Amino acid sequence: MKTYTLPLFALLFTLGSLTAIADGYEVGDRATDFRLKNVDGAMVSLSDYSDAKGFIVIFTCNHCPYSVAYEDRIIALDRKYRDKGFPVIAINPNDPAVQPEDSFEKMQERAEEKAFPFPYLFDEGQKIYPQYGATRTPHVYLLEKSDGDHIVRYIGAIDNNHSDPENADQHYVADAVDALLAGDNPDPDMTKAIGCTIKTKK
Amino acid sequence: MRTAVWLTMLFLAGSIVRAQALPEPSRVISSNTHVVPVYRGFEAMAPLVERRPDTLHIINFWATWCAPCVKELPYFEELTRERGDRPLKVVLVSLDFRQQLETRLLPFLKDRDITSSVVVLDDPDANSWIDRVDPSWSGAIPGTLFLGKGTRLFREQTFTRNELHSLVDSLLERTP
Repeated sequence: MKTYTLPLFALLFTLGSLTAIADGYEVGDRATDFRLKNVDGAMVSLSDYSDAKGFIVIFTCNHCPYSVAYEDRIIALDRKYRDKGFPVIAINPNDPAVQPEDSFEKMQERAEEKAFPFPYLFDEGQKIYPQYGATRTPHVYLLEKSDGDHIVRYIGAIDNNHSDPENADQHYVADAVDALLAGDNPDPDMTKAIGCTIKTKK
Repeated sequence: MRTAVWLTMLFLAGSIVRAQALPEPSRVISSNTHVVPVYRGFEAMAPLVERRPDTLHIINFWATWCAPCVKELPYFEELTRERGDRPLKVVLVSLDFRQQLETRLLPFLKDRDITSSVVVLDDPDANSWIDRVDPSWSGAIPGTLFLGKGTRLFREQTFTRNELHSLVDSLLERTP
């Protein structure tokens, strides 16, 4: 009996992790719009941006050292691509009851300190990040508008060197937006990076 | 010189746990309580996660700045301290930032009196190596690889004491 139950255990664990991966968007999927509160108090939706060609949606936060390491690069992405039709929309997915550094008030403070030129939204109630399938901060979803839908074109990291921007030689998000602007598909369209888990009550 | 220090360490470690040598590191950092191998580039560390050791290896990816990692760390330490003659080895793979190894990691290991093996993986190009640890890993930490002769299991989660201990018990029971 024992010889059967234990492999079954392992199988259940494996199935458990497969289910976890299957959640969320893949490249080519339609992304949901949302209505989330910005640090300035206004509610923001993708549909507010009638002129945009798409969006660089970045799940990020205050407390995570990886997010902090990328702040200046996220600002630079917005400066470079907003006028080309791909503004940055930053979303904090964390539950401040678990990580107080990521409260709405602390988001406001950080946005002001760094003068974020993009909206920094709070995923209140944590309804949006699970639909996208974000698992860490920072985690990028590049969306392209197509016939009224928002199609996911790239998922993953910003570049390939979190600790030293000068030594990054793969600028995944910038390359992906450039590809879309040129009418091509991003390649790669999916990358991984180390990041902080999204903080949620178990 | 660096190699000589490492060989001496391997010899000392070998006298305690035979045949559990870690791959040779790119460099070593040390305090008066800890000696920590640093792998600059995943390739140098790859054998650690790609072999099938006789002993159950519990390879935990963590960092001192990662709160959920620090929370579960004591349970991994318990595995090391209370292993007795159980064939298991815990390796804590720190992903701490390069600039914080001496100022943050080493003092942390000393303060917490960490006795498990600790190594540093210094390779910022994570997209090139995350799948080699396990394709199911998104890159969020903590993440833990359980590696044994007939075992290869990756869990992207923060363990409770009970979850970790019962998983390890079941994996050890499976191994004849």
